[in-house]
Amino acid sequence: MAENEKKVALTKQDRISVCFRSTFLQGSWNYERMQNGGYCYAMIPAIKRLYTTKEEQADALKRHLEFFNTQPYVAAPILGVTLALEEDRANGAPVDDAAIQGVKVGMMGPLAGVGDPIFWFTVRPILGALAASFAMSGNILGPILFFVLWNVIRYAFLWYTQEFGYQAGTAITKDLSGGLLQKVTQGASILGMFVLGSLVQRWVSVNFPIKVSEVALSEGAYIEWDKLPQGGEGIKQAIAQWSSGMSMDPTKVTTLQDNLNSLVPGLAALLLTFLCMYLLKKKVSPIVIILGLFVVGIVFHLIGLM
Amino acid sequence: MNAISIVLVIIVAFLAGMEGILDEFQFHQPLVACTLIGIVCGQPVAGIVLGGSLQMIAMGWANIGAAVAPDAALASVASAIILMKGGQGAEGAQTAIAVAIPLAVAGLFLTMIARTLAVPIVHAMDAAAENADFKKIEMLQWGAIFMQGLRIAVPAAALCVVSDQVVSNLLNSMPAWLTEGMSIGGGMVVAVGYALVINMMATAEVWPFFFIGFALAAISDLTLIGLGIIAVAIAFIYLNLSEKGGSGAGAGAAAGGSGDPLGDILNDY
Repeated sequence: MAENEKKVALTKQDRISVCFRSTFLQGSWNYERMQNGGYCYAMIPAIKRLYTTKEEQADALKRHLEFFNTQPYVAAPILGVTLALEEDRANGAPVDDAAIQGVKVGMMGPLAGVGDPIFWFTVRPILGALAASFAMSGNILGPILFFVLWNVIRYAFLWYTQEFGYQAGTAITKDLSGGLLQKVTQGASILGMFVLGSLVQRWVSVNFPIKVSEVALSEGAYIEWDKLPQGGEGIKQAIAQWSSGMSMDPTKVTTLQDNLNSLVPGLAALLLTFLCMYLLKKKVSPIVIILGLFVVGIVFHLIGLM
Repeated sequence: MNAISIVLVIIVAFLAGMEGILDEFQFHQPLVACTLIGIVCGQPVAGIVLGGSLQMIAMGWANIGAAVAPDAALASVASAIILMKGGQGAEGAQTAIAVAIPLAVAGLFLTMIARTLAVPIVHAMDAAAENADFKKIEMLQWGAIFMQGLRIAVPAAALCVVSDQVVSNLLNSMPAWLTEGMSIGGGMVVAVGYALVINMMATAEVWPFFFIGFALAAISDLTLIGLGIIAVAIAFIYLNLSEKGGSGAGAGAAAGGSGDPLGDILNDY
């Protein structure tokens, strides 16, 4: 700006309002221009503040009804930058439609590439798994933890990145090629992969209870129930014997699962996960795989393998 | 279910439907939706357990770009309603999930229809923009969100009015081999979600961390929180070391080595 003084500026209240409205970014998601309606909706408080004539307002609205699609949370920094650009434009800076559209389109791709893995594939699965492990035992802390933490993280992210975008203006696009963002993504994928590995081990349950061998144990290797004394003393002895490694039954049953577990615990789960990855890469729909696994579960159960 | 419960369930379903597209507050995630339905029907524990189990399956379901994932909102709401009406409590969670998964698939079509119907809505926004009609654009945006709410609320209402008897008969008439087989299938289906996520994130660089996590998780004394702490620590160590490694190599190159004697030996071979 030549006179180095702004005629109109966005207030903090305007920016909070835009941030809140970006919650509804995907509300009118459509196959034609995807998040355009939501973007325009979010920009309305700023457009009202910055432009007074009807023509200017109509132009601004149309500008933000152009195609837009990214991960809904990383739209926040893009909104921030757009706010800065619109403000400059309203103050007479030579910011044309193409520049604003260019910044939006230029940022949405790379940022979606960061937002999708971080939010959908790291934060949500990790928080979800943690909370679900509480919830599966009927503990209400699970859902509460998930809901509260997620929304605190989300709102903090939306507000601070939008403010960052607003302050950084166009500089943010340059920062995208810088190291910080790349580091965050890399750190998130390390964290994500580690946790995924442990989730596969813990939560994918593939069980083959089919017996592979049945060996009669020698005397002294199992608890002789009929020789135990009556009452509490008997229970005490039985527990003592069991914890010293004696078997409950006179025969030792080895299932296929025991054999697999003695190789690597969770091996079957790991192989199943790899199979799913392979099928997904072969463009098999996840829905087909899900239904297929149910069928496999039923059939294998019927033939006694699982 | 009594009338009040039904109204509240439909409200929860409406929220879940809106969130299914917005993906902000996460009302459509099984943990939240199933719990809320459990609470309004007076069976909170069953709802929570169902939510936890279904969350594990729905882990990797995410809308990326224009792709549509199985509908977590409909799966959560439908399975919760079925569970509440079946009257089996938390025991029935696996069966309810098995019934709900095909519904989640059917929900995909509703999602596609809603996203197609949104096209004329944004065309109406274009027309409103010509006249700088802010109010109308806002109304249209809300209309679109409302439509997404109905996408789940209507099927939920339909499920609610089906008599309790029909649902519990249906669940009871399922033979043991079928329900047991389905819960075995349910245990494996979780892998699909993880596979989706892994396919997105995997690179040669991060694969080792997957196997570290896999091996450590076999130690059942370690809780998920413990594993999480280890994961964060390892990520920081790796990032710091790779930075130092980078600058160290630069300084080392001037001194004639890379600062990694073993690496030098291996490189010389």
